[in-house]
Amino acid sequence: MNGNADAAAGLLYLYAVARDTDLPGRHLTPSPHHPRPVTGVAGEPVELVRHLDLVGVAGRVPAADFDEEPLHRHLEDLDWLATVAHRHQAVIEAASSAAATGVLPLRLATVYRDEESLRRMLRARHEALTAALGRLDGTVEWGVKVYTLPGPEKEERTTPAPSASGGVGRAYLRRRGAERRADEHRARQADDAVRQIHTALAASAEDTHLHAPQNSRLSTHPGHNLLNASYLVRRDDDSAFTAEVRAQVERAPAWGLMVELTGPWVPYSFAATTTGPADGTDDR
Amino acid sequence: MTGIQTQRFPDAPSLSGSSSGSSANLADILERVLDKGVVIAGDIRVNLLDIELLTIKLRLIVVSVDKAKEMGIDWWESDPALSSGARRRELATENELLRTRIAELEARQPHEARDGEEQR
Repeated sequence: MNGNADAAAGLLYLYAVARDTDLPGRHLTPSPHHPRPVTGVAGEPVELVRHLDLVGVAGRVPAADFDEEPLHRHLEDLDWLATVAHRHQAVIEAASSAAATGVLPLRLATVYRDEESLRRMLRARHEALTAALGRLDGTVEWGVKVYTLPGPEKEERTTPAPSASGGVGRAYLRRRGAERRADEHRARQADDAVRQIHTALAASAEDTHLHAPQNSRLSTHPGHNLLNASYLVRRDDDSAFTAEVRAQVERAPAWGLMVELTGPWVPYSFAATTTGPADGTDDR
Repeated sequence: MTGIQTQRFPDAPSLSGSSSGSSANLADILERVLDKGVVIAGDIRVNLLDIELLTIKLRLIVVSVDKAKEMGIDWWESDPALSSGARRRELATENELLRTRIAELEARQPHEARDGEEQR
């Protein structure tokens, strides 16, 4: 695209795609009569770019931050990334609450040179985008994480009990063996319990996705994350699903586990698989 | 504002017997906005390979072991062969053991010097 002509106007950062009729006006606002637009990753007012029966939720962002070279640099900066990720998510949340049927969330940092280029994409992918919107219509994503409850046994282990002379080494090995067997037993029990929880929740969901478990350093949770799953749930079935979560929350402590719920999210984890490559470019 | 709070679970208080209930952490957000969502090539080639590299780097922070045996049981964290953290705990245990042993031997010596027979 002729990037130079539009350099002064900045670039167009695309957050989400929705049905044209779902989002009225020129800007995305928190509610229909709210005077001020939602702001995006660069603090810019979020606009609505229409084409056919689709609308792109997009914002003008400075090329100094979002052109290829600076963007690559920024993406390696966890603080920058965290800020942009939060804002990206906030815009998608806002679009989702404003849209009657739902929005397709885009992956972070999908950037176009200009409106014409964005419209070209909406045209080229019209079928896939429409199909994905249809599939995710009226659904939400709930995140469920299962953690181990932090137990006291670890601390006790580090202090070897006084033992008969000469028997310390053997007693230590015996104790280590017993601990290892106990660990394995606990792990098997936890594994069974986690499978039961996942199976029960999956029964009330349309679809499920398993994320890799989170390291406690980032999640700042004291326990180990055993299950990190997303469930696609119809809004109509929401109360059934959350009731099932509540049941699992209540059962979990007996297994030495705890269940944590996040959401409702826009169904990010189920959007990716719904559009295949339409034009052989470097999409996955 | 940047204040992303995913909406709270309808009756969060009754849920959170043991903990915070339903607020999303940074990892929750990153694993969605970076790893999920519709992938469409923009004009700005955020070389997806680069993103992949970044994602892998983040995974090193976010995640212990990818997939984690699909259901994510990670007891290997306490297995010394697999985890340096566990290895450190193991060493600490060994050190403690040795210190106890030395203390025992030291405590024994005055006795042996005095009456020359095994104590206890």
